[in-house]
Amino acid sequence: MIEIKNLRKTFGDTEVLKGISTSFEQGKTNLIIGQSGSGKTVLLKCILGLHQLSSGEIIYNNTPFSSMKPEEKTLLRQDMGMVFQGSALFDSMTVEENVMFPMQMFTKASMEEMRERANIVIDRVNLVNANTKLPSEISGGMQKRVAIARAIVMNPNYLFCDEPNSGLDPKTAILIDNLIQEITQEYQITTLVNTHDMNSVMEIGEKIIFLKDGDKAWEGTNKEVFKTDNKAVTDFVYSSALFKKVRKVYLEEDNKS
Amino acid sequence: MLIKTFGKFTKYSVLRKLILREIDDLIIGSLGIVAFISFFVGGVVAIQTAINSDNPLLPKYLVGFATRQSIILEFAPSFISVIMAGKVGSFITSSIGTMRVTEQIDALEVMGVNTYNYLIFPKIVAMTLYPFIIVISMFLGIFGGYFACITGGFSAHADFIEGLQLEFNPFHVTYAFIKTFLFAMLLATIPSYHGYYMKGGALGVGKASTTSFVWTSVAIIIMNSFVTNLLLT
Repeated sequence: MIEIKNLRKTFGDTEVLKGISTSFEQGKTNLIIGQSGSGKTVLLKCILGLHQLSSGEIIYNNTPFSSMKPEEKTLLRQDMGMVFQGSALFDSMTVEENVMFPMQMFTKASMEEMRERANIVIDRVNLVNANTKLPSEISGGMQKRVAIARAIVMNPNYLFCDEPNSGLDPKTAILIDNLIQEITQEYQITTLVNTHDMNSVMEIGEKIIFLKDGDKAWEGTNKEVFKTDNKAVTDFVYSSALFKKVRKVYLEEDNKS
Repeated sequence: MLIKTFGKFTKYSVLRKLILREIDDLIIGSLGIVAFISFFVGGVVAIQTAINSDNPLLPKYLVGFATRQSIILEFAPSFISVIMAGKVGSFITSSIGTMRVTEQIDALEVMGVNTYNYLIFPKIVAMTLYPFIIVISMFLGIFGGYFACITGGFSAHADFIEGLQLEFNPFHVTYAFIKTFLFAMLLATIPSYHGYYMKGGALGVGKASTTSFVWTSVAIIIMNSFVTNLLLT
């Protein structure tokens, strides 16, 4: 579980995050949504420790990040997996080498053990015949799967995904969403997904934080997002005619039942 | 940046592979262009000296002597280093810069890797072998001069060899290697800095590579002037 308390982040005179407090639960897919420029990526990078906080606190399983010793922070980092928007695969390494990389860096496992573990997670993300290919030789959807495999290879307690299905076709995007949700439940990890894909919101949003102008404007579940009358949320989530209809149908069926 | 580079070390087995790859990219990969430039510039230096010293009062061994001095003191260590600022420096900046743009550095940081040590330290170690490039450059530069003089009829074999051996001061070679080593450190660190701290996208990588080349060249020229004043005057 991750708790954040009154998290603020400024860049020069610009306050990007304005005192956000919330918690992200273990075994659930926690979504951070909001328009471009609302502070989603900055929030994710603050939680990951890639940005210094201006003020506030991040608490990992009841331990404040600020009170951790450098060695504890390093160990915590090894307990995190991250799927970047552009996959961030190492382009000089093959798929298998990319997945094995965290183990090579932080474990004393033999090459055979590492290869065996890598193949387990590569199979888990449904990648076939890709082990010896370079990232440039596989599709965007496959790259995302490799990134997920690399993120979970060390059995992390925390999984972070920044726009995991951006640039993917709808079918592949749904596959990636489902994969993230399955892995979250299977390994009981705390997953944070940064997205503005409304399909993800409807499908896998077990907890949703809505950011607007660097502030938390709403939080709830994918069921509650249909019923909310928060104007900021409805303007964002139901900006397209299709999702307006989806909401209408959902509410009608909900009233009937 | 340098303090962090020599901070928390990457696992030895990983580091060893990285160092070998950098030696291949930075040192072995530069041999061809260095050999080509050295041989032909050495030839041109010898021909120019021969053409511009046709006064009968000047000794015939002058061509070999001038070629040796030019190549050992300046051409091989300094001129080749400025060329390497373009070749090796741009490669270092663009490779680290591309990793920055594509979030590969962020990915390493999230995993808890000391990215300074992982990315920059192997380059510094690889560049300690840079003096070997300069040895080859010196040899091929002088050989190019000899070859051009003999085949072009600008100097006799015996005169050229006499010039090469005349008043040879071993300290000049020491001086050349001292500055070569210092240039190697500049070649590894300045481009790494520009790549690591670059901002922007693909255009930013291009700008960072250009800036890196300019600053590395400037640093080499200034260092050259400083070391020459310190050691030879």
